[in-house]
Amino acid sequence: MIKFLQYLGQSTRTSFTKLGRATYFLLQIISGILSVLARPRLLLKQMYSVGVLSFLIITVSGLFVGMVLSLQGYYTLSDFGAEESLGVMVAASLVRELGPVVSALLFAGRAGSALTAEIGLMKATEQLSGMEMMAVDPIKRIITPRFLAGLLSMPLLAALFSAVGIIGGQIIASGLLGVDEGAFWGQMQAGIDFRDDIINGVIKSVVFGFITSWIALFEGYDAIPTSEGVSRATTRTVVNSAFSILGLDFILTALMFGDH
Amino acid sequence: MDNCVSAQNSLVSVRNLSFSRGDTVIFDDISLDFERGKITAIMGPSGTGKTTLLKLIGGQLYPDKGTITVDGQNVHQLRRSELYTLRKRLGMLFQSGALLTDMNVYDNVAFPLREHTQLSESMIRTLVLMKLQAVGLRGARNLMPNELSGGMARRIALARAIALDPMMILYDEPFTGQDPISMGVLVHLIKSLNNALGLTSIIVSHDVHDTSAIADYIYVLSGGKIAGEGTPQEIQQSESEWVQQFMTGAADGPVHFHYPAKDYVDDLLSSGKRY
Repeated sequence: MIKFLQYLGQSTRTSFTKLGRATYFLLQIISGILSVLARPRLLLKQMYSVGVLSFLIITVSGLFVGMVLSLQGYYTLSDFGAEESLGVMVAASLVRELGPVVSALLFAGRAGSALTAEIGLMKATEQLSGMEMMAVDPIKRIITPRFLAGLLSMPLLAALFSAVGIIGGQIIASGLLGVDEGAFWGQMQAGIDFRDDIINGVIKSVVFGFITSWIALFEGYDAIPTSEGVSRATTRTVVNSAFSILGLDFILTALMFGDH
Repeated sequence: MDNCVSAQNSLVSVRNLSFSRGDTVIFDDISLDFERGKITAIMGPSGTGKTTLLKLIGGQLYPDKGTITVDGQNVHQLRRSELYTLRKRLGMLFQSGALLTDMNVYDNVAFPLREHTQLSESMIRTLVLMKLQAVGLRGARNLMPNELSGGMARRIALARAIALDPMMILYDEPFTGQDPISMGVLVHLIKSLNNALGLTSIIVSHDVHDTSAIADYIYVLSGGKIAGEGTPQEIQQSESEWVQQFMTGAADGPVHFHYPAKDYVDDLLSSGKRY
């Protein structure tokens, strides 16, 4: 019993100190933002490796998710003779939920894990330490550009995911299921609200981009600089990001759409 | 002793330094001086905190007690910006080289120049080629760090360390894991760079032979204390048994060959139960 309490106390303490370190790390990142904005080329390079290189996985997944939504939605809606509403259903699910959430989960797996491994290995090979000795702040030079790149790429990738998904849904709807194309788009246009649906989706994806980049960079920076340490940090990035994304999604959804 | 004289001419002086990591005492009240323009070596077996000493001098770690002054400034009382200004005047050669793996050799050497100066690209090119020429690797400028051998990586890192014309270079185990040829090249380079550029060098090493060949002064550390100090000749003739064992590499001596264990015969004849 005493042992259990000891264990409980110790693990609480470790997680709180880690949270403290992570918060301090975040403040350091934020304090470096101005100096990164003064050197946009650093940011562009990271936008490429974090954002552009995630294009393929986001596009392909978006397409399939949209197509599946369309198929599934059709069978339910047609029971009520409401096939024409398929457009609203596909678009609303994508823009409000699946776009931000699924693309964030994919982003954590594709870009987050890569960031953690990269930073962890830079630490293990003394590159961060070496930079410090060259009087270059590794937070400003390495971490902040990657953080901003993640923050900016995430909403763009989520938008891409939703757009491709809607196209996929439309292809299935009018090509395979014979839903009227005009009704599909018309219902969508009437049923989707810019402020309520699209802006809320964008807010979600910004929050997810923030949390995923923060977790990924912190885990890399805080990793034990051995191959085992980096591998565990990479796993933690994916797992913790997934939990945070899903948990925050619930909270944000409750706040945004709760009073409907 | 002529300690006062050397203290005046010393670029780095360490006073009453104590440092421990967890329960392990790494340094116990030691004082060292590193003279300007000289090559000073810190030797000792692995795990005596030689690298830790370099990190303390560079301000990456904080001592428990004692002071370290570099060129008259107390490293651990500087503000962050002052520390960074000081670090621009220090070069450090890491054991692994610590080259940035996403850039080629040229960009690695240009890195400190681009970060800290406003020089034009053509001026940077001239400087980078000069530094690479000094380490004999001007032809390797387009290679990526993973295409370099260990010895070449260290020479590139050396070119990067001298890019801003520092006053001092800290070498962390520059000879470890080198074949005889690249070892010879590095020994020659360290010596000639020190003389040609008027640098002060601190070498941390456990390689007795090659370090003695170029060092002006040697400190031998053991168990958190200074076990011996002096010029290479003085160290060779040291009366301390421990220093003798370290310098000659004898298998048994004050440092025992056997890890502490119970009596050998008893151990063989015992029941063999696991404890």
